[in-house]
Amino acid sequence: MTAVQAGIETAAAAPVAAAPADPYYPVRRALETVFAPFAALVAATIVFSVFLLALGQSPADFFELTWRGAFGSWFSLQNTLQRAAPLLLTALCVALPAQLGLVIIGGEGAVVLGGLAATVVALPITFLPAPVIWVIMGVAGAAMGALWIGLSGFLRAKRGVNETIASLVLAYIAIALFNHVVEGVLRDPASLNKPSTYGIGDQNMMGTIFDLHPGLPVGVIACVLAYVLISRTSVGFGARVTGGNLRAAQLQGLPVHRLMIMACALGGACAGLAGMIEVAAVHGRANASLAAGYGYTGILIAFLARHNPIAIMPMAVLLGGIGAAGGLLQRRMGLPDATVVVLQGLIFVFILASETLYGRIRWFQPREGR
Amino acid sequence: MAGELNPVATVGIAMLAGSLRVSTPFLFVSLGECLTEKAGRINLGNEGVLVLGAMVAYATSYLTDSPWLGVIAAAVAGMLLGGIHGLVCNLARVNDVAMGIAIMLFGTGIAFFFGKPYVQPSAPQVPSIPFGFWSDAPQVRSALEVSPLFILGLIAAVVMHWVFRSTRVGLRIRIVGDSNDAARALGLPIGQTRLLATAVGSGLAGIGGAFLSLSYPGSWNEGLSSGQGLMAVALVVFARWNPLACVGASILFGAAGALGPSLQTVGITSGYYLFYAAPYVVTLLVLIITVSPGRALRGMPGELSLGQ
Repeated sequence: MTAVQAGIETAAAAPVAAAPADPYYPVRRALETVFAPFAALVAATIVFSVFLLALGQSPADFFELTWRGAFGSWFSLQNTLQRAAPLLLTALCVALPAQLGLVIIGGEGAVVLGGLAATVVALPITFLPAPVIWVIMGVAGAAMGALWIGLSGFLRAKRGVNETIASLVLAYIAIALFNHVVEGVLRDPASLNKPSTYGIGDQNMMGTIFDLHPGLPVGVIACVLAYVLISRTSVGFGARVTGGNLRAAQLQGLPVHRLMIMACALGGACAGLAGMIEVAAVHGRANASLAAGYGYTGILIAFLARHNPIAIMPMAVLLGGIGAAGGLLQRRMGLPDATVVVLQGLIFVFILASETLYGRIRWFQPREGR
Repeated sequence: MAGELNPVATVGIAMLAGSLRVSTPFLFVSLGECLTEKAGRINLGNEGVLVLGAMVAYATSYLTDSPWLGVIAAAVAGMLLGGIHGLVCNLARVNDVAMGIAIMLFGTGIAFFFGKPYVQPSAPQVPSIPFGFWSDAPQVRSALEVSPLFILGLIAAVVMHWVFRSTRVGLRIRIVGDSNDAARALGLPIGQTRLLATAVGSGLAGIGGAFLSLSYPGSWNEGLSSGQGLMAVALVVFARWNPLACVGASILFGAAGALGPSLQTVGITSGYYLFYAAPYVVTLLVLIITVSPGRALRGMPGELSLGQ
């Protein structure tokens, strides 16, 4: 599709401007954006229940156990939030470029390389005070992530390479590089079963904050900052204009290419930071545990939240909870761990299909003037 | 060993053998993707189809003792999953790129869910055709063990080329893919054509999955596919939406994929992981070189939401 065609189609799909006669239109529109994802979640739940019934399992048990495994006790809630913390950041890696209409799916690459870069810079300076090390690690992780995803944005802006495929291919390359370093150059010979780099030292690990994962406040702050950036600054406005209609943005003289590269780099920095925090707070070294799929789950969360950074927060907790309940489901119901993936896939399909509801239901549309 | 070969020849033969084997799934997925994209839609879900096809083929072959039934079952499973993608994308305002990612997740989930019991047992494989009977070097013999599925893929490419070039069906698919307006003016059923093209394309991708589990590497596990379904999208761009060019492109990608294992046969293991990145690097380079900024690619269907 050429730029002009893309522009016209997006413009046609954009919400109709509010008629001045309907003062409740903002409320209706807000309710619509809540209603559609909610309807999709309900539909996905129903289809998944039918799936379980067909296998002779009880959906009631499933959801009861999921609730208990995710939010039922302080321990399970901690587990949920520990999973949600990196997801907040990897979802931003999708949501920020999405403001410009870019679909980035290679966040996993930024997570593993961000974690690796953070470990590599920390290894020679383990004698410094821990907070100094964390700052240096954070900068290194974010910079690495920004470079990796920014490269996809650069290729898209300057060469017209499809960013979705480029970012995914780069994620595979990132994982190969990661394995090369972890299993070769920087491998700690003491790590036999699970090849790892040398550790950053126990004294340099990030502690918990009120028993919570330290990535949680970082992720929440990042989401709030991203929200302010998108909705309250001229840069964010330019990005949204570009996402709405590329051609119009170009005609207005917006620096479309620079915005694309910036959004991708910022998103990548978030994902790289997620990798750094996983190293500094959980693993203490870089190993295969970093490639736990946070980058991929982040895609789902960003789409669930319709790329709104504030909505990312509850969605990350929801998906983190579903992930946290996996173990309990496996033990109690004998369901394979892929059950969670099936549920996530169904939710994803229905959420995207629910896009078609926008503008279809009369009650949510602006009323004509009397 | 009977026919002692020098290292260069060994690597060469291993590369040839490897590229024929590694290229077969690429060939099927790229042909399927080519068909879908010709109708104006992109299907990233073929990655999920590949995994699901591999699982279904393996399970069917194990349960019925017939690998060919497995191949057929994989094609049917692929058509069903592709059909879901096609149906949902026919709804107004649904983004086909994002939907493909959802289908990928869903297909992978279903495959892992039902595939768990089949990780251990071994299923009957699709027998290869020994084209190397004339040689007594064992490397040559094993290199020329060509899977009938590869030949089936070649036939599919030729048939698809003929369908696009000289049949009514092919012309209709191309019109739908090139211009919604033209298709509407001619009264062609746009949604239905795209749905069928997506379903049949995913059926082909499913056969590619069957090759993974029933020929090479020839077993079912959760790490079987590593992005081949998505790389196929880049491959189709490289092949300029031409089914015959897809054959050459697949073999190139296959050769890149065979680089690591081939070097291992002669004992080069340093940079082992880096060689595994070769197909991805090739994909990226191919995209960078073949795509030109700011204008549509030659041969690209007009309704495709790819690139700018």
